Amino acid sequence: MLKTSTFEENLRVVVGPRNLRAASAGDAVSGALPQFVAEPDDEKQLAAALSLANGAGIAVVPRGGATKLDWGNPPEKAELILSTAQLSRIVEHAWADLTVTVEAGCTLQRLQETLAQHGQRLAFDGLWPKHATIGGVLSTNDSGALRLRFGALRDLIIGVTIALPDGTLASSGGKVVKNVAGYDLPKLVTGAFGTLGVITRAVFRLHPLPRAAKTFSFTAATFQAMQQHIVAIQDSQLAHTSLQIRCAAGELPAADILFEATDSGLAAQESQLRKLLGSTQVELSPESFWGARQNLWDSPTNAALLAKISLLPTDIAKTLDSLNSIGETRKINWHIVLQATGIGMLRLEAEPVLLSEATEQLRREVQSRGGALVVLRCPSELHSFDAWGDAGDSVSLMRAVKHQLDPKNTLNPGRFVGGI
Amino acid sequence: MNLMEKRFLDELRTVVDGRGLISSTEDLHTYECDGLTNFRVMPQAVLLPSNTEQVQAIVRLCHRERVPFVARGSGTGLSGGALPVENGIVISLARMNRILEVDLPNARVIVEPGVINLDVTGRVQPHQYFYAPDPSSQSVCSIGGNVAENSGGAHCLKYGFTTTHVLGLEVVLPDGSLVHLGGKSLDLPGYDLMGVFVGSEGTLGIATKVTLRIVKRPECIRTLLAAFPGTNEAGAAVSDIIAAGMLPAAIEMMDNLAIQAAEAAVHPNYPDCGGLLLVELDGPVAEVEALMRDVDEICRKNGAWEVRLAQTDTERMLVWKGRKAAFAAMGRISPNYIVQDGVIPRTALPQVMSEIARLSEETGLRVANVFHAGDGNLHPLVLYDRRIAGQEQAAESLSYRILELCLEAGGSITGEHGVGEEKKRMMPKMFSEPDLDTMQRVRCAFDPLQLSNPTKVFPTPRLCGEKPGEYVAHPLETSGIAERY
Repeated sequence: MLKTSTFEENLRVVVGPRNLRAASAGDAVSGALPQFVAEPDDEKQLAAALSLANGAGIAVVPRGGATKLDWGNPPEKAELILSTAQLSRIVEHAWADLTVTVEAGCTLQRLQETLAQHGQRLAFDGLWPKHATIGGVLSTNDSGALRLRFGALRDLIIGVTIALPDGTLASSGGKVVKNVAGYDLPKLVTGAFGTLGVITRAVFRLHPLPRAAKTFSFTAATFQAMQQHIVAIQDSQLAHTSLQIRCAAGELPAADILFEATDSGLAAQESQLRKLLGSTQVELSPESFWGARQNLWDSPTNAALLAKISLLPTDIAKTLDSLNSIGETRKINWHIVLQATGIGMLRLEAEPVLLSEATEQLRREVQSRGGALVVLRCPSELHSFDAWGDAGDSVSLMRAVKHQLDPKNTLNPGRFVGGI
Repeated sequence: MNLMEKRFLDELRTVVDGRGLISSTEDLHTYECDGLTNFRVMPQAVLLPSNTEQVQAIVRLCHRERVPFVARGSGTGLSGGALPVENGIVISLARMNRILEVDLPNARVIVEPGVINLDVTGRVQPHQYFYAPDPSSQSVCSIGGNVAENSGGAHCLKYGFTTTHVLGLEVVLPDGSLVHLGGKSLDLPGYDLMGVFVGSEGTLGIATKVTLRIVKRPECIRTLLAAFPGTNEAGAAVSDIIAAGMLPAAIEMMDNLAIQAAEAAVHPNYPDCGGLLLVELDGPVAEVEALMRDVDEICRKNGAWEVRLAQTDTERMLVWKGRKAAFAAMGRISPNYIVQDGVIPRTALPQVMSEIARLSEETGLRVANVFHAGDGNLHPLVLYDRRIAGQEQAAESLSYRILELCLEAGGSITGEHGVGEEKKRMMPKMFSEPDLDTMQRVRCAFDPLQLSNPTKVFPTPRLCGEKPGEYVAHPLETSGIAERY
């Protein structure tokens, strides 16, 4: 039984004085300023700290590299930042089995560098790889251009350990790629924005690094023509790894396609691509074109709204038309980087009031076609704008799951869909 | 039959049409087991709804009367997932077998759960598409069953499992309400409950519509057959293939006993060797040809004394026929067999195989081995004769011991057949108490009354009324009057 009585004193005992400090302005989460920042040494300590906070009714925000900490709605309360900074080990790279076990606080870049030593990779290209952590990319379900061929993080994760608010450390999945024992909880926590538990480690299936790679680009005169190219490429027997569209207000749509293969394979693919696109000019492009999604974030973002959009390939032209029309009538400057999977990153710039109306309108149109528009970042004047949009008819089921795993609403309260 | 049961059956009868309810004892026998025939339980009735509304109405009645139900597809499952529950009913989805929508430009197909796996491919084949998850039972198993088990198949090394190819589900929850999880578009806001549902073995509700992803057929498919002195040499070749940075579409391995059985059954003309490797590469022609040359070299370097390349579709089909018929072929060399479904890290193959050989010798029971070498999924077939006293029990013990071996090697108790009834007892060996408890908490969110296939997967059910979270002392305890042990 702990002799000390305040939460802070108890927490200091659990994580050690070196690992606990008072929060400062830089620790704010979408405008909410927490009181403490704890950086536990390992997952047991993290689970104990979380359990303590849960017992004391303290609201917790898990944090990795803080690159996406302001995604989702602002938290109702944020009192303790629980950081995974010290949970950064690469526990085991079983390269002959094409799997890796890694702690949640390891950065994407450090993981990829380690895997590359055996010619392998986690086939995932996330934002801010130097700072983004495994726990963070999983919790936000980030995805990039590699998703087209290799799937999302949900398709790459094969095991997970999470700390629940009651202090339980629960593992699900395993260390082998093929495994159907028990429920697929790795999928449950992927994209859950840290609202069900704190991911402490994950196991992934890996892929070999490509022997060689080439990027080609082409443009189209209209949105419809670009959609036709995309659908035709997807319908062909080309074995491309990635395919993305880049477009902005007042510009013609451009597309980039990535091939990864042996040298003879690459030559054949290029020739097939040119044949498929007929008279369209096809140029060899630098690898840096795949940084387009990251570039949307890197220019100053104070007046910008950034959103993740999800649509069907056959709605590409309609959506670009909507964007164009909204842009013209409401004087919005827009940029989009859209993958052939239908997932895109959108950047809008304008006066806050105009932004709000434009985003609402675009969201309504996208949703009417079965898609989604999730606002990831917006100017501070728009903080009451709902990040998520329509979440369908399973929200009560989601709330039931939340209630089972986090009944006191300790983790990231109010940040997720349906006020969860 | 007592009055309540009759009244209940009469109500169920009003939901479906005449042919939609089976209640005579002779007819019910068909549904007393699935592909795992040594576990049998008679259901009280079998319902065959024709649409989602009927499924909802049936489940609502079950919910009202607290009658447990088990959903059933084609009944081909190998872990007893569709085994009826005592005093429960079976809800067969066999009549819900329509392909509802084929959307080629978006590579999506929407089907009812009773649609047969291979029929999905059949529908989109003319346009050079296929549905990737290919369990060996694919000509008879249903999509709904595939969803329940997260079925795999030989090609999941490259293409992934059912869960990779399911984009959306319409689900009847155990209280009869209807929800939509996922959809045609990706990453719709909210928890990935669809990802939890796939592979939940019918314990979270009943899927009544499934949105599937289809894949374009690659430009070419080439299959190579390599004969090795033993499974160790074949396994070393597989490791070298992986180390060379190649990811084949499939890599299968068979030992000599499995080869003998396959040869006797379907005559694929396999080389008579200690370890047979089947390596399939697919993709653009130039790429496949370049990589196949590498695979050939790697096989020979590891001791393959014969290497054959299947070039045409016919040759390829014959090569696969032997592998896909392997289980059924056991009937040629043994009166009975038990097949297991353990997974091991690929690198553990030599030591696990040698231990299986040792156990086989110790028990006097032969074990044939068929192995998805690419992803470590082992199918040991324990051969026995039921007519010999004690052999069935010995075979069962051996099959569970092999699963323990898999766990000791860092693997899993099931790669594709599911836990069902058969492997419940092994769950605490693979997962700790907190792990199982967490999964069951999620189950409580979907099925608080535990009506949906309630006795499967978990050995000890968790009361959903239990308050999750930290322990709160009873007032009698805090006042010192009572103590808890």
